Amino acid sequence: MAYSSTRPVADRDRPLLSVEDLTVTFGRQGEEPFRAVDGVSFTVRPGQTVGLVGESGCGKSVTSLAIMGLLPKRGNTVGGRVDFEGTDLLSLGDAELRNRRGKDLAMVFQDPLSSLNPVVPVGLQVTEVLERHRGMSRKAAMPVAADLLSRVGIPDPNRRVKDYPHQMSGGMRQRALVAIALACAPRLLIADEPTTALDVTIQAQILALLKELVEETGTALIMITHDLGVVAGLCDEVNVLYGGRIVERGPRHPIFREPRHPYTNGLLDSIPRLDTVGERLTPIPGSVADNLPWDHACAFAPRCSQPVEICTQTTPDLVTNGDRALRCHNPVEVPR
Amino acid sequence: MTESPKNTESPKNTESPKNTETPKSTGPLARYRDSRKERIDALAQLSARDRSAEPVQVTTGAGGTGPATPDHLTVTESGAIQEAPGVSLWASAWRRLRRNPVFIVGAVITAVFVVVAVFAPWLAPKDPTIGYLIDEVRPQTNPVPGPQPGFPLGADDRGRDLLSRLIVGSRQTLIVGVLATLGGFVGGLILGTLAGAFGGWVDSFVMRLVDVMLSIPSLILALSISALASEPSQWTLIIAIGVVQIPIFARLLRGSLLAQRSSDHVLAARALGIRRGPIIFRHMLPNALAPVIVQATLMLAVAIIDAAALSFLGLGNPDQRIPEWGQMLGQSRQFFYSHPQLAIYPAICIIIVALGFTLMGESTREALDPRSRR
Repeated sequence: MAYSSTRPVADRDRPLLSVEDLTVTFGRQGEEPFRAVDGVSFTVRPGQTVGLVGESGCGKSVTSLAIMGLLPKRGNTVGGRVDFEGTDLLSLGDAELRNRRGKDLAMVFQDPLSSLNPVVPVGLQVTEVLERHRGMSRKAAMPVAADLLSRVGIPDPNRRVKDYPHQMSGGMRQRALVAIALACAPRLLIADEPTTALDVTIQAQILALLKELVEETGTALIMITHDLGVVAGLCDEVNVLYGGRIVERGPRHPIFREPRHPYTNGLLDSIPRLDTVGERLTPIPGSVADNLPWDHACAFAPRCSQPVEICTQTTPDLVTNGDRALRCHNPVEVPR
Repeated sequence: MTESPKNTESPKNTESPKNTETPKSTGPLARYRDSRKERIDALAQLSARDRSAEPVQVTTGAGGTGPATPDHLTVTESGAIQEAPGVSLWASAWRRLRRNPVFIVGAVITAVFVVVAVFAPWLAPKDPTIGYLIDEVRPQTNPVPGPQPGFPLGADDRGRDLLSRLIVGSRQTLIVGVLATLGGFVGGLILGTLAGAFGGWVDSFVMRLVDVMLSIPSLILALSISALASEPSQWTLIIAIGVVQIPIFARLLRGSLLAQRSSDHVLAARALGIRRGPIIFRHMLPNALAPVIVQATLMLAVAIIDAAALSFLGLGNPDQRIPEWGQMLGQSRQFFYSHPQLAIYPAICIIIVALGFTLMGESTREALDPRSRR
C-alpha cells in the first residue's frame, strides 16, 4: 500500500467536522450514570482521513453514533457540540437530522451481512437512498445504482442489483454497503470497523477501495478501528482513545515512530511483527474493566507499564504540542 | 505456498524459498524433492494464470464487464450454486422443506383436505341433506342404519349418508378455519405493528389490552363472544375464533418487531436518513413477518378444533342442512355407546386435518428458523 497521499488542497484548512467536548452518558433514572465518551474533541478537514483507535469499550463506536445522532434517546445524554459545516448536529431536530444523514454524512458498519436488509435486493437498497435524498424515481435511480456498484468493484452490476444480500460474498456485501453509503456523495463518511468481519485478503481490498474512493471524491473519512494496521495504511491523523477520552493524537508517521503515551506504546507492542521473529508479544495487562474513574486519576494507571505516584492522584490534561497532543503524566521518553 | 519444506532443509532457513530449490540432486531424497519441484512448478503456473486473469490491485470504475476482482471466484462459486437470481429467504426455506418428510406429510394432508372441501358437492356420492335411509331408522331397536351398499359408512340417525356429510362438512371447517385465522392475523398485524413499531405509550396501551385478552381462556372468550350474538351463525363462530387469535398474533409480531428495531440493518437504514414509514414497512415488517405467517398455519389447526368445539356445544351454525364436523360430533352424543362410529368418523377428520396443518406449520417454522438452518 502506498504511503503517499495526494488530495485536493481546496479548503483543507477549514474544518468540515469539529467535535467539541463530546460527552455521552449512559444510565437511566436510578442507575449510576456511566460516561462512555468523556469530553472528546477533534476536527476533520475536507478530504482528511482521521482514525479513532482503541480497544473494545473505549467509546469509539459511541462517538460515531453520537455524531450521527443515532443513539437511543432514552437512557443517553449527549453533551458538547458536533459542528458540521457550521451547524451543530446535536441541536438539530429529528427530521432535519434525517435529511442530512445519508446525504451529507454517511456510515459504513462493521458486519456487512446484518447491515443489509435480508429481504430487499441490494439494488433496491441503493436506489432507496437515491430516492430519499435526490428525489429520483426508482426507474431513474436503477442505472445509477448499477453504476455505483460497478464503481465499488462489484462485477456484472446489472445482474447483481437483483441479488439478495445472502447471495453475495462477505467482501461484496461490504462493497455494496460502501456503495450505499457513498450513493449521495456525502462529505463525511464514518467507517465503524469496516473490515473486522472480513477475512484478511478482503480487508485489504476494502481498505484500498475506501482509500481510493475517498481520494477520488474528496470525502472526509473517520476510520474507527482497533486495528493499528488499518490506521497505518489509511489515516492522516490518529486519535487514540482510552476510557472515553483521547489520550494521544498525532499525524500517522510520528505517532507510530515515537508513541508518547504508554497505552499507544502498548498497543504497538502487542502487534505481531515480521521482523522480530521469536520474540514474545508484550500484551497490555488487564482489561478495560480495570479502569479508574478519570475524576482524580489517570484511567489507564492500573494497566500502565510505568505509573508514577501522581497518576492515581490527579487527572492528566490533554496537552497540545504542535500537531500532537498527549494526556499523560509520565510519557514514554525513548523513541522506539 | 501450500507445500511446506519437509526434509530437505532445516526449518530455520526458510526466509528465501530459493534455498530449498538449489541443493544438488543426490541422495535418497532427490526423488521426493524433484516431484515436489514439479508440484511447485505446476502451482506456480496456476497462480501465474490467476494473476494474469485478475488485476493486482482493486480497480474501480471498471464498467459492467470490467476485469474480475479477486471476488470473482466466490462469485462464480455461489453463482453455480444459485438456482436463479433473486432467491429469497422463503425460497431457500422451500428448498429445505421439499426434502422434509414431515412437511410433505403435512402438505399432502392439507392439500387433500382443501381439494375435498372445494369440490365437496361434486365429490359427495349422495345429497347430505336427504334422509335416504329414514325408513330403516327404528328409534327403539336400530336408531342408526349401518353400512350397506351405496352407504359405505352407513347413515346418521336421520338416515342421511354419513360419508357425504363428512365430505361436505369439510367445507364449513375450511371456511371457518381460514376466515377466523385471517381475521385474527389481520387484527394481530394491526395491533402488533402499532405496539412494536411505535413503542412508548402506544406499546404499553396495546399490550395491556392484549394481556387482558390473553388472560381469559380462549374457549371461554370465544364462548362468550358467540353467546353475545342474538342468534348463532357461521359468522359469530368466525368472529369469536378470530378475536381469540388476535392477541396471540399481536404478541408474536410485537416481539419480532422489537428484535428488528434493534437490528443492524435498521440502524444502517436510520443512518441513511430513511424515513420512519419505509423503515417500518420495508425494513422491519417484512423481516418480522416470517414467524407470524408460520404461526398462522399452526393457528389454523387451533381454529379448526375451536370451531368444532363451539359447534359441538351448539354455538355453531344452527342450520341442520349444512353439515359440520363439530356439529356432527355434538349430535352423536346420545348414540355414543351404541353407535360410536357417528362420533369417531368426524373426530378422526378433525384430528387428521389439524395434524396436517400442525405438521406443515411446525416444519416451516423449523426451516425458517435461523438457528436450525444448515
